[in-house]
Amino acid sequence: LATHSLFLTMFLVFRNAVLETEVTKVGCRMPAARKTGTTIVGVVFKDGLVLGADTRATEGMIVADKNCSKIHYISPNIYCCGAGTAADTEMTTQIISSNLELHSLSTGRLPRVATANRMLKQMLFRYQGHIGAALVLGGMDCNGPHLYSIYPHGSTDKLPYVTMGSGSLAAMAVFEDRYKQDMEEEDAKRLVRDAIAAGIFNDLGSGSNIDLCVITKGRVDYLRPHDMANKKGVRTGSYKYKRGTTGVLTKTVTKLDLEVVEETIQTMDTS
Amino acid sequence: MLTELCSVPVTGMGQHVGAYGVQDTLRSGFSSVKNELLPSHALELSEKNFQLNQDKMNFSTLRNIQGLHAPLKLQMEYRAARQIQRLPFLQSSHLALDTLKGNDESISFEDILNDPAQSEMVGEPHIMVEYKLGLM
Repeated sequence: LATHSLFLTMFLVFRNAVLETEVTKVGCRMPAARKTGTTIVGVVFKDGLVLGADTRATEGMIVADKNCSKIHYISPNIYCCGAGTAADTEMTTQIISSNLELHSLSTGRLPRVATANRMLKQMLFRYQGHIGAALVLGGMDCNGPHLYSIYPHGSTDKLPYVTMGSGSLAAMAVFEDRYKQDMEEEDAKRLVRDAIAAGIFNDLGSGSNIDLCVITKGRVDYLRPHDMANKKGVRTGSYKYKRGTTGVLTKTVTKLDLEVVEETIQTMDTS
Repeated sequence: MLTELCSVPVTGMGQHVGAYGVQDTLRSGFSSVKNELLPSHALELSEKNFQLNQDKMNFSTLRNIQGLHAPLKLQMEYRAARQIQRLPFLQSSHLALDTLKGNDESISFEDILNDPAQSEMVGEPHIMVEYKLGLM
């Protein structure tokens, strides 16, 4: 049955390839994949780690989702931020979350961040970068807090602070300036909030609100939204025209004579 | 777009022949000579043989570590488990084979996409059984 499903998947690939060439001949464009054009960050502090993300999803030059959730659940102690193609990050994190759950049921232990990292990098390498998912994976396990950044081709880095996405340079500038080892929780949250804000205000691909996820031993605070940096303005006056603003000059009433041509009754099938 | 085509023609990509000995356009799409020679996606070849290559690698590692008997025994068990099936036109769950391969503890795209319960291909039961039993 595995070969059967592979056959059908390959036929869809043929069809897509043929369609791509035919569509450009006619002059249309294939629909663009929705990317998240993002700022996602993670930082390790004294007793845990903080993950942060913005909430804008773009489709080319248009904002597709003003408040999308980019911090995905992997396991009770592990969360993952995703940048790149929205569908890819969503499906990849869900598949790895399911596999990690099965694995943890099989071992009988809380899953480790290194396991999730290994599963993700092996899957992304298998697909040679065609799965456009750049991830920031962070969690707390028996060995302490761990933070990984995972690139679409399958390479990973284990670091105390990471940024990914189109706004990663703006966020990394904030980190490089103010990161210190063994920060307190409030300092770490403020640092992440400022890094995401730098990405939101300096990068067109990131925007809207700031989501935070604080993971410590035995506790996860999923703060959505942590900070609404781009609230929509409130109209200060009413701009509706009052009744009677337009003066009526003349009024003519024409009665339309409608005659019944045909009348049919169709009964409902209520049996 | 994103696809980089392999420039060397490869065998083994011929289209699935349907009934009447001709290309079944409804099920396998449009036919084109290019599709039969060149892969239409950079990952097509690698994905087609992925499971096979993984198994080869695992068996060869096992042979180097534990000796020839280990992969031999495992392959014998796989062969036995593969024979446990229902009638040809019914779907088998391949439970024994999945358990041996460790697929019962993992979820992948084959389990999410292309649900066999919603497959549109249906065989004529009598003819399929006769074919299997060699009565055709």
